[in-house]
Amino acid sequence: MVRSWKRSDLVGLVYTGPAGLVALVLFGIPIVVAFYMSLTDWPLIGNPRFVGLQQYQAIGSNDLLMSSIPFTLVYTAAATTAFFVVALGLALFVQDAKRGVGLFRTAFFLPSVVGVTSATLLFYAMYNNEYGPLDDLLRAVGLAHGDVDFLGTQGSAFASTLVLTTWRYAGFNMLLLLTGLQAIPKDLYEAAAVDGASRWRVFTQITLPLLRPSIALMLILTVTGSLLVFEPFFVLTAGGPDNSTVTVVMAMFREAFTKFDLGAAAAISVVILIALVILNSLQFVALRKED
Amino acid sequence: MATITSTIEPASLPSRLRPTSDTVSGRPLYYVVGIVLVILFLAPLLWSAWKSVTGNEAGGSGSGLGWDNYARLFAFGEGLPTYTWNSLFVAFLTVFGTLVISTLAGYGFSRFRFPGKNVIFVLILAILMVPHPTILIPIYKMFAMVGLQNSLVGLSLVMIMFQLPFGVFMMRNSFEALPRELEESALIDGCSRFQAMWRVLLRLTVPGLVTVSIFAFVASWNEFMAALVLLSSGKVFTLPIALVNLRSGDFGSVDLGALQAGVVVTAIPCVVLFLVLQRFYLAGFTSGAMKG
Repeated sequence: MVRSWKRSDLVGLVYTGPAGLVALVLFGIPIVVAFYMSLTDWPLIGNPRFVGLQQYQAIGSNDLLMSSIPFTLVYTAAATTAFFVVALGLALFVQDAKRGVGLFRTAFFLPSVVGVTSATLLFYAMYNNEYGPLDDLLRAVGLAHGDVDFLGTQGSAFASTLVLTTWRYAGFNMLLLLTGLQAIPKDLYEAAAVDGASRWRVFTQITLPLLRPSIALMLILTVTGSLLVFEPFFVLTAGGPDNSTVTVVMAMFREAFTKFDLGAAAAISVVILIALVILNSLQFVALRKED
Repeated sequence: MATITSTIEPASLPSRLRPTSDTVSGRPLYYVVGIVLVILFLAPLLWSAWKSVTGNEAGGSGSGLGWDNYARLFAFGEGLPTYTWNSLFVAFLTVFGTLVISTLAGYGFSRFRFPGKNVIFVLILAILMVPHPTILIPIYKMFAMVGLQNSLVGLSLVMIMFQLPFGVFMMRNSFEALPRELEESALIDGCSRFQAMWRVLLRLTVPGLVTVSIFAFVASWNEFMAALVLLSSGKVFTLPIALVNLRSGDFGSVDLGALQAGVVVTAIPCVVLFLVLQRFYLAGFTSGAMKG
């Protein structure tokens, strides 16, 4: 060693200072302000008034928010299952080097670089019966008769959104799982082949257990992202029909920017924040315990 | 078309030992399934591109090829050039800011010990844990106090902050993968520490830099919620906001043809960027952040 790497304790602060400053000013302080706002009656324009915990007490009687919670939970369960099954299937499908597999990987990943809003507007047009091809396709293959209303009921709007988000997010999650698949030592497969293990046994005894860190990362990202889902429903269904597809973040958003009640919105967002921190901590603890 | 290949190839195995369908004599079937899947994933994009140059009257009626949809999109609202410029401005400022700040911080976290190191690192990573709306509502108020409301610079700052956890983590791992001997020889030659990083190390972290750039570009170019909250006048709207307004139908009926032209215009930069840089991107993806 020519120099000590601890030559000056302050040099490191100079390098990390800008990042720390951005995190402090645009993240740390806003979090504190959000907590403060949640204790006030703060209209969009005008002066705040301290009201204690009133905003939190009002959450229970916010019907739109209350009905958005089970809806968001159901969406999260459905989306997590759908993304995982599709992404794992795709990752297994493209894990081996063979002719054309690079093209497959690229094609499956490509929707993930299209913006969520653009993707949603694209599906909005596809779900339009006069303009889009989907209703004709469904009738042609006998899956539907007469008119198809892709966004007309809660169930169909939910399913239509799930198809869109699965298409948009499957490739990214495939890549996460593929990274994990590639990290599994090949000699394990060789040993299993020598022992004459069936492909199902290889999958359940080797692939799935060793893939667990990647699966865990994928699940944490997907659960968090789905609980906070906003754009797909906001743009595709606008919460309709009859507010039956309003998500938690949409309900909070309406409080802030339709009803101009920033204090109430801040209280909701603080509750969401606490719920997510607890959930993520539980997920981390569960993962660590299993390891 | 470039394809995802070299970077994450598995070690070569005799084909009979591979744990997938390759072991059965299912090669033709494999490709049939593969092509069907490719069609499923690409069809919406190809359909959108096709519809953007056909059906040339508002609402999608009319027939024949042409650029009328693009012409109507061009003239919509403040005009397509304004929205595109706004989106480019935010995207470039975000990429630039994220690269500079993440590279410096990544280097600092990987090479130095200093007071408050863990506090700063945890603060940056905590950004990932917090819902965006929780931060956006107070930022909306704070920006109004300092004159950054309705500002593309303000939006870019927020986007840089959202990109920090990924960028810093990625660049720290990239620097940590490099042996310290590399800098030591540069330091012996009389380089300053910064010069050693700038001239010697940086070129070796290119996969990380490209991955961080693509993430930052795609995220800021496409950002909807932060733009919706922070921008309020047409002059500063970015493409996603303008497109949702177009869909909302300023002219009564929704102009789905122009909307598809807008989807294409918005998607193309991200698609091209990814296709051109995907080798670097995947190398960064595999070796960097995702191992954490």
